[in-house]
Amino acid sequence: MKKVDYRKVLSEYGNVLVLFLLCGVMSVVTLKEQPADSPSAAKELAKRIVNDNGSGATVMVVVRGGGKGAGAKFATNLEDALNDAGLKVVAKIQGEPRDARIALEGHAKGQPLSAVVTDEHTKTLFDQLPEMAMVNPALAQTKVYFPKKHIWPDFLKIDNLRNVLKQISVVAIIAIGMTLVIITGGIDLSVGSLIAFSGVITALTIQFLGGADPTTIDLWVGSLAGIFACALIGMSTGGMVTIFNIPAFIVTLGVMFITRGLAFLFLPSADPCKIMSDDFLWLGRGADFFGLHNSVVLMLLLYAFAHVVMSRTSIGRYVYAVGGNPEAARLSGVPVKRVLVFVYLVCGLLAGLGGVMEASRDVTGDPKAGNLVELQVIAAVVVGGTSLAGGRGKIFGTLVGALIIGVIKNGMNLALIEGKKQDVIFGTVILIAVLVDRLKSRVR
Amino acid sequence: MEELEKPPLLRMHGIRKAFPGVLALDDVDLELWAGEVLALLGENGAGKSTLIKIMGGAHLPDEGNVEIDGQPVLIETPQDSLEAGIGIIYQEFNLVPWLTARENIFLGQEPGRVSFIPRAEEHAEALNLFARIGVKIDPDKLCNMLSVAEQQVVEIAKALSRNARIIVMDEPTATLTPREVNGLLAVVNELRAQGIGIIYISHRLNEIDEIADRVIVLRDGLKVGTRSKEELNREQMIALMVGRSLDKEFPSRSSSPGKVKLAVRQLTRGSKVRGLSFDLREGEIVGLTGLVGAGRTETARLLFGADRKEAGSIEMDGKELRLLSPRDAIRHGICLLTEDRKEQGLVLGQTVQENFGLPNLSEFTGIALLSTSKESEAFARYVKKIRIKVTSHAQRSGTLSGGNQQKVVLAKWLQRNAEVIIFDEPTRGIDVGAKFEIYELLHQLAEEGKAVLMISSELPEILGMSDRIIVMNEGRITGEIEDPAHATQEEVMRLATQQEEVAI
Repeated sequence: MKKVDYRKVLSEYGNVLVLFLLCGVMSVVTLKEQPADSPSAAKELAKRIVNDNGSGATVMVVVRGGGKGAGAKFATNLEDALNDAGLKVVAKIQGEPRDARIALEGHAKGQPLSAVVTDEHTKTLFDQLPEMAMVNPALAQTKVYFPKKHIWPDFLKIDNLRNVLKQISVVAIIAIGMTLVIITGGIDLSVGSLIAFSGVITALTIQFLGGADPTTIDLWVGSLAGIFACALIGMSTGGMVTIFNIPAFIVTLGVMFITRGLAFLFLPSADPCKIMSDDFLWLGRGADFFGLHNSVVLMLLLYAFAHVVMSRTSIGRYVYAVGGNPEAARLSGVPVKRVLVFVYLVCGLLAGLGGVMEASRDVTGDPKAGNLVELQVIAAVVVGGTSLAGGRGKIFGTLVGALIIGVIKNGMNLALIEGKKQDVIFGTVILIAVLVDRLKSRVR
Repeated sequence: MEELEKPPLLRMHGIRKAFPGVLALDDVDLELWAGEVLALLGENGAGKSTLIKIMGGAHLPDEGNVEIDGQPVLIETPQDSLEAGIGIIYQEFNLVPWLTARENIFLGQEPGRVSFIPRAEEHAEALNLFARIGVKIDPDKLCNMLSVAEQQVVEIAKALSRNARIIVMDEPTATLTPREVNGLLAVVNELRAQGIGIIYISHRLNEIDEIADRVIVLRDGLKVGTRSKEELNREQMIALMVGRSLDKEFPSRSSSPGKVKLAVRQLTRGSKVRGLSFDLREGEIVGLTGLVGAGRTETARLLFGADRKEAGSIEMDGKELRLLSPRDAIRHGICLLTEDRKEQGLVLGQTVQENFGLPNLSEFTGIALLSTSKESEAFARYVKKIRIKVTSHAQRSGTLSGGNQQKVVLAKWLQRNAEVIIFDEPTRGIDVGAKFEIYELLHQLAEEGKAVLMISSELPEILGMSDRIIVMNEGRITGEIEDPAHATQEEVMRLATQQEEVAI
């Protein structure tokens, strides 16, 4: 009964469409013949052997190489898959072709070997199988199996996708705050500098408290100090924007320079400040949830929380109202100034959190960190469909925007596109995404 | 009768224009002769603006044609419209505030790119144009230093400088003071005498009475009549516009004011509000009137906490209020329906329900989360109670008609249990049919015991609706009329223009 309004669908989900298109493009661009060491390849192979020989058949695994590297991984994967399929693995040989030959010829005479599984490197060996069968009759019926070669995009590998998420996590988290700020019709240019500022404050605090051997509590206190300092700066930014009525662009431009400078000045020397505890890596590099990085989990939780706040609470509604028409909002009893201070505070706080995450990745408080990240954050928000004029925008749109930016960068790196060309493509894609957004307001 | 032999200056024939879901104009004909004032009447949404936009090249008609002097013309862009000799004075002026009157008049008509602008010539030409329409304006004044009425004249001069022979004025008097209105009507007369055809759009029927030669009435996109002015009195015009006869413009009611709700003493801020004292009683509608700039809106903003008072006191139920922000006023049950609903009353990009909820969110919030279903239920009650026409609760406020926007604003305050309700020009920009409904709502509120302060420039409205009238001039109260039923417009005007307070 209800007609699907394609233009409306395009307007609501335009940037999701762009994201999928990009993923498609990146998949095609990074199509490649994959090495056969993946678990899925091993599974497929086990299935073939069971089909040909029935379960319970005896199998020998032969790969080249020593105890480590691709060969070993392949062998382990294979062994697991074969055992799971109910096959009997009689031996796992890793080494030179000679080793394999010895193992084959030494195979127990009474037990016919159904199959040998091998990788490409030892393939030639099995041309001599009939020869060997004369020495050892158990090999008379032995068939040889190779894993099938398959073509799969580098981009779509699980590890790579996880990597994309990890790479965008800092930008995406700060973009939550930036979305709020931009919905109110403002902008915050200081977030890149706040990343550095927060990282330096965190590192210095940890150094001060724990010296060469900081405890977990020291790490916590240090991180919170960095975040708190940035939240405070965000709050005073909001204060200046509201009380003195200075355009946010100018205030945050000033704060951007000040905090970047302070980040350098606070350090006793020109070198970044090391954090002397590997536990601190937990946030930036750890991956404790089904292979997802902790920073990604944190990002997803924050997005879910922000979405609820923006769609289901008064403060969320106020943010949209202030952005849509500040005077009407004020005359409707909305505490406009408090709302504005709130959004800049949130933005500063999240930039502080981003700074701690950056510091955690390198276990270092680096005053050069976060350079130009503010522009990536703003790009993510705008690509996500939030209007710079204020009043309009969605939290999940921003996540999609951040993903779009992450996917472009990652895809271009995988496709080995050179840096300057990356910039050109990156800029073009931002423009296209915003163009899609324009179509949206045209539809309205 | 010689005009009849010549083709009309402008002729629109069989104009039809549909927008998605609405037929805005259906087979509309319009003829305009040189040297006449044609009034275009109709409720909001009747298709007047669409018709003007077609003349101005902002919309293309789906069907129909336009002729000028009997020659068919194709108006596809605003440029075409200018070249055809049509000048449109929209409600929102198209003037650059930081350019002078002269520069605005000749904007876009500068000679070739490399030559200098012939200032002296332009100056003389501007003076000439102003003289032609009988006004005196310094062409070198910046536009943002000019009054609204003067800016309007600059717009007219701009049209004339491009040899416009047809001038369309969309609600030209909406923001003018009575004196300025008279000035504008004189300008219109002058233009008519010079053979210019004028299409005049206004809700104010007495202006139409005064100025129009012929009246054309649109209703729901159809032309429902063209009459010469002599054939049509006010009641008939209204009847044509709304398609039914309104027995009276104002509903009747017996008032029974209760105790004093709000006592204002020596309220002062700047030069606009100087030592105002008055009372508002429960169940009473007090009309506050005066010329534009008399300080009425400023008074309302003080009572609402939108601005801070410099001196004086505001007492509610005998207790003094500290109003530092609209939030404070709202907490005490004082609310304001602003004159400019688009700029101040509603967040146009948000849905009607969101606007309704804005001051009431705490009521719909559970432990932390907002219950949109509770909000929706509450809003539904008002949609029914005060008959708000919305397609859904998720409709964008910007797409509502003026009357319905007013109702959404009212609904949000009623939900707050407002006890003192201030209406600033409650019927401005609202069409005749919806006006009556707003009046009924005002009565209903007073009957429920609310104290109502109604600010209005329209004297019939002030006289017809108020239980008591307060007249202001230059920031002071210049008189109170206790018995509006027996007062006349002249009495009110006399108070509105005099300097000292007198009792009547």
